[in-house]
Amino acid sequence: MTETYRESLEGLSRLRGITGAMMVSADDGLVVAESLMEGIPGEAVAALAASLMRRMGTAVSAAGFALPSFMHLQAAVGALLVVPAGPDTLLIIIGDQNVNLGLARIEMLQAVEQMA
Amino acid sequence: MSEDIRVMTAQLAADPTSLVFLPLAEALRQRKRLDAARKVILAGLARYPELADAHDLYGRILGDDANFEQAFDEWGIAIRLDPDHAGAHKGIGFLYFVAGKLDRALNHLQVAQKGLPDDQGVVAAIARVREALQSNVSDTGRPSSTGPAPTEEVADDLAEQVFAGLEAAENGLLLVDQHGQRLGGGLQSPDGQDVADRVAAHLAGVSREATRAARLLDMGDWNALTVQSDDGSLHLASPTADTVLLVVRDPAFPLGRLAALSERAGIAARSWLESLT
Repeated sequence: MTETYRESLEGLSRLRGITGAMMVSADDGLVVAESLMEGIPGEAVAALAASLMRRMGTAVSAAGFALPSFMHLQAAVGALLVVPAGPDTLLIIIGDQNVNLGLARIEMLQAVEQMA
Repeated sequence: MSEDIRVMTAQLAADPTSLVFLPLAEALRQRKRLDAARKVILAGLARYPELADAHDLYGRILGDDANFEQAFDEWGIAIRLDPDHAGAHKGIGFLYFVAGKLDRALNHLQVAQKGLPDDQGVVAAIARVREALQSNVSDTGRPSSTGPAPTEEVADDLAEQVFAGLEAAENGLLLVDQHGQRLGGGLQSPDGQDVADRVAAHLAGVSREATRAARLLDMGDWNALTVQSDDGSLHLASPTADTVLLVVRDPAFPLGRLAALSERAGIAARSWLESLT
C-alpha cells in the first residue's frame, strides 16, 4: 500500500507549483508516505495540517454540517491543500505561489480514488 | 499497563462509541502518559465534539504538556458548551491568575467553586487572587485595570451593527474575537438551530493553527482558509490581527464569489471595529 501511495505522491509532486505531497494519519498527524522537496519540515507540517483539519472538522460539525471533503489554506506565498483519503488518512499537498489550485484539487481527488 | 487502563482500553475497543474514553484518557493523564491520553481524547472528541467534559479534559492534558494557549482554547470551548462547567472555569481561572489578570481569574475561580466546593486547589487559588487584588488596591489606590467584560445585552446590540446591509448578514457571516467569542453576525445550522456561539468557540483555535502552519512553511501570513463539505462551503479570513471572519454559504455558491463576499464583509468588520476605538 505504501508503494501505491508513493507513486501517487510522486505524480502529484510533479505538477507545476507543487513542492510536496504527503499521506498522513488523520488522528495523530504522523507521516505515512511522502514526496517532498528538500528543506520542507514534513513531520511538523503533517502534524499541523492534520490538527488544522481536525479543528475545522469540529467547527464544521458544530455548524451541523457534514465533515470536510476539502480544505485549502491560502497564504501570501503558498498554499496547503488537504483532502480525506479514507476514514483514517489525509492527503496533503504543499504548493508555492505558482500552483494551479483548481488542477491540484482535481488531481488530489483522482489520486484518492486510485488509492482506495 | 495497569489493570484499569487495560480494562477500559478493551471496553473502548469493543465499543468505540462508549464514553469510557473519558476515564481512560484521565487515567493516562494521571500516569503522565500524555501522548496516549491525547490520542484517546481526540478520538473521543471526533465522535462527541459537543461534549464539554471532553474539551475540559483535553484542556488539562494540554496544560500538563505546558501548551497553555491551546489549553485556554479548549476550556473556552467547554464553557461555551456548558457555561457552568466547573473544571473549565478552574483551568481558565488558573491561566488568568498566572497571566496577572486577577479580576478575570477571580470571576472564573468563583464559578468553579460553586461546582467544586470541596476543591482545596480552588479555595487556595481564590485566597491568593484576593490577596493579590488587595495588594493592587493598596499599591495604586484603585482596582486593577482588567475590568469585567461588557454585559451581554450591550454586546448583542453592537453585534447586530457589524454587517448591516450585507447579504445574509444574520445567517452566514460571523465575526469572532481571538478568544472564540462572537462579535457580530449569526449562523444557523441546516436544520435552523442557532449555532453561532458554538461555532465561534471553535474558530479562535483554527486561526492559531493556520498561522502556525503558514509560518512553518515560510508562506507568510495566511489570507484565507476554505473548507467544503456536502452541506456547505466555509471561508475563514482574518480581517484584523485579533479577529476572524467566517462566511458560510451553500455548496452551490461559487468559491470565487465566497472570497469576494468575505472581502466585503472584512471591510465592514474593520470599519466597525475602528468605530469602537
